[in-house]
Amino acid sequence: MSAPAAPGRLRPPAFPANWPARLAWAGLVIYTIYATSVLDVTLARFIAGLGNAGHFLSRMFPPNMAPDKLALIYTGMVESLQIAVLATFAGVLLSLPLGLAAARNLAPVAVYGPARAFIAICRSFHPVIVAILFVKAVGFGALAGVLALIVATMGFVAKLFAEVVEEMNPKQVEAVRATAAPFLNVLIMAVFPQVMARFVGLTVYQFDSNLRNSTMVGIVGGGGIGAPLFTAYQRFDYDVVLTILIIIVALIMLCELVSGRVRRIFQ
Amino acid sequence: MNALSPVTQAAKPPRVWHRFTPAERIGRSMVYVLSAIAVVWSLRTIEVIPEFLYDAPEQTADLFRRMWPFDWAFYPEQVHDALIETFHIATLGTLLALVLALPLAFLAARNFTRNPALNWLAQFIFVSSRSVNSLIWALLFVAIFGPGALAGVMSIAFRSIGFIGKLFSEALEEAQKGPVEALTATGAPRAMILVKGYWPQVEPAFWSVALLRWDINIRESAVLGLVGAGGIGVALDASLNNLYWDQVGLILAVIFSVVVVTEIVTSWLRARLI
Repeated sequence: MSAPAAPGRLRPPAFPANWPARLAWAGLVIYTIYATSVLDVTLARFIAGLGNAGHFLSRMFPPNMAPDKLALIYTGMVESLQIAVLATFAGVLLSLPLGLAAARNLAPVAVYGPARAFIAICRSFHPVIVAILFVKAVGFGALAGVLALIVATMGFVAKLFAEVVEEMNPKQVEAVRATAAPFLNVLIMAVFPQVMARFVGLTVYQFDSNLRNSTMVGIVGGGGIGAPLFTAYQRFDYDVVLTILIIIVALIMLCELVSGRVRRIFQ
Repeated sequence: MNALSPVTQAAKPPRVWHRFTPAERIGRSMVYVLSAIAVVWSLRTIEVIPEFLYDAPEQTADLFRRMWPFDWAFYPEQVHDALIETFHIATLGTLLALVLALPLAFLAARNFTRNPALNWLAQFIFVSSRSVNSLIWALLFVAIFGPGALAGVMSIAFRSIGFIGKLFSEALEEAQKGPVEALTATGAPRAMILVKGYWPQVEPAFWSVALLRWDINIRESAVLGLVGAGGIGVALDASLNNLYWDQVGLILAVIFSVVVVTEIVTSWLRARLI
């Protein structure tokens, strides 16, 4: 009875309520409910799908290891690897000048504006869409896949390379410029030693990414393992699909290990 | 003769400074040589059909001639609804991926879960998720859930788990021990340590990863329709199969503008939130 009735606390709470954050969370929940209803994503469909999934998985196992299928998969996988190697090589060669041209601290406005715009266009389309256009332009086959992934490589490597160049230490550039060295020597003596390690890291990362994408451009006719995968899928040969998936995942894991090593060598 | 005479000492060449140790140089040269071999091997054995190349310039010119002018009437018919669907697929897929990746990221972070087997399991899930391309995930989910947006949402989510989980678990591993130890010392339960010790430290990283992935997913969800997983890709596929290049051109322009708008929105949100 005699206790103070004041409900107020002596100290402010250690973790005060953050109302804007709570409102944002509530907004996300409301959006989720709204979007699921718009998309007709219902629990009934999901449960029906789980039944299908059981059927689907039972048709996938055991993976098909027939020698003729494996030979087909081998050819496709080798082509995917070649697409990734060539696209990374050519794309990185093109990204080097493009990235330098898009660096604000090296290039004049008239150069870096267009270079940035070109990189943005390369980045904005998914490799599969670019592959569709190249299939129309140069016909079915690996070349369309290589060209599509070159565009993707330029969009990623050139953009990040330009950022790396912009972050470098300007003192060495000034020192070399003070000796009246021509622009090419400034690049070779002051810029490259600072940024090459990061550039190699980007290249290695993009090779992994290109390998992943090269398994997919075949779906639209760009060569590689995608074509046999899509054919097997359309024929309901799900056991072959599983074999291909296992091989893709294994190859990509192997490449990630290798690229991890390469990155450590260059650090 | 067991001591060097001053004459021979003076004749010794001055020490040459090398930037890298011999082991580093050998490693680097090996990488260069192997890369060169890989490129040469690929160039020599890749199959290119030269007949297709002769008319490539004509075909390219033809492509653009057929695209322009765009078939604007097609936009209200099919493109608009498909575009909204694409947006929902990308956003819902990202949200689902966040929900699924969050616990896995805590399992993968070696400073939070001190069990190598669980760490390894979570890492394995991340790598598998990232290795399978979103279009291939979409093939699998179309076979399970049938054509439509549900398959698209699931494939976006499953492809994003690995990306979000990997980056977020790395952010968790970089979290400072101080707040966590302080909370542990007060006898706080493990859930509270998670919410008040780790979460405030990694929340900016979490949202920045989520925004980055959402940006990527908008791009990816535009092509899922090619294999029947809903969105604007369905309209694109139909136009491509009918060789209506003026509709294809319109859809590509629409995708381009959406991607540009998304980039502007994400960079604005990132500047405000993080």
